[in-house]
Amino acid sequence: MITKQLDITKEHCPMTFVKTKIELSKLQSGDKLEVLLTEGEPLQNVPRSATEQGFKVLEVIHVKDNIHKITIEK
Amino acid sequence: MSPSDKKKLSIISFSGDFDKLVAAFTLACGSAAVNYEVNIFFTFWGLNAIKKKTGRRFTGKGILAKTFGFLMGGVNNVPLSRLNFFGTSPKLMSFMMRKRNVATLKELIDAAIALNINLYACEMSMHILGISKDDFIPEVKEVIGVANFLQYSEGGDRIFI
Repeated sequence: MITKQLDITKEHCPMTFVKTKIELSKLQSGDKLEVLLTEGEPLQNVPRSATEQGFKVLEVIHVKDNIHKITIEK
Repeated sequence: MSPSDKKKLSIISFSGDFDKLVAAFTLACGSAAVNYEVNIFFTFWGLNAIKKKTGRRFTGKGILAKTFGFLMGGVNNVPLSRLNFFGTSPKLMSFMMRKRNVATLKELIDAAIALNINLYACEMSMHILGISKDDFIPEVKEVIGVANFLQYSEGGDRIFI
């Protein structure tokens, strides 16, 4: 099991979830992806889209200012 | 979920304008990322987006086709649908997109490939322009006509851009 990090704080639609999805596709089942993202569209949509597609969102942590970190398990 | 249960989006990329290609690839990538099956059918001007040669080259068979191929160019020569200013605006627009961290056309095309979006080329337009499948990037899955497009896009949404 590995844990990878992805920073999409500077990305915009549609690349926020596109980059997350591409990164998740490189992982094996059980691996984790920690995603740094901002409030608004990314925070609303990335965890929701991940859940809808059968990934497990383990936690959402407020890091600082408008930046959050979500952990997704494949 | 079986492949047939997947939601589907099929885009006919006709215009080949920079801004309309950005719109097409943005929709395509966003949809593929949320598990849609996505098909893009490139026809006429839209074919410029998937040419292997990204700049102006004398591609095609015959003098007219070669001249036309040169004038149309590749993905680096696609014009903005408005305020093109002899090709300056798309370069300016790409600069602004990079500066504001919005995916450029090149990044969107790369993402479309990474997301396994189905890219198809129109047989009839290729015939007019005298170009072959070898003139396209290898990710172009198949050269097809209307009948195949209708078959592949059946049951999903179809958009003409």
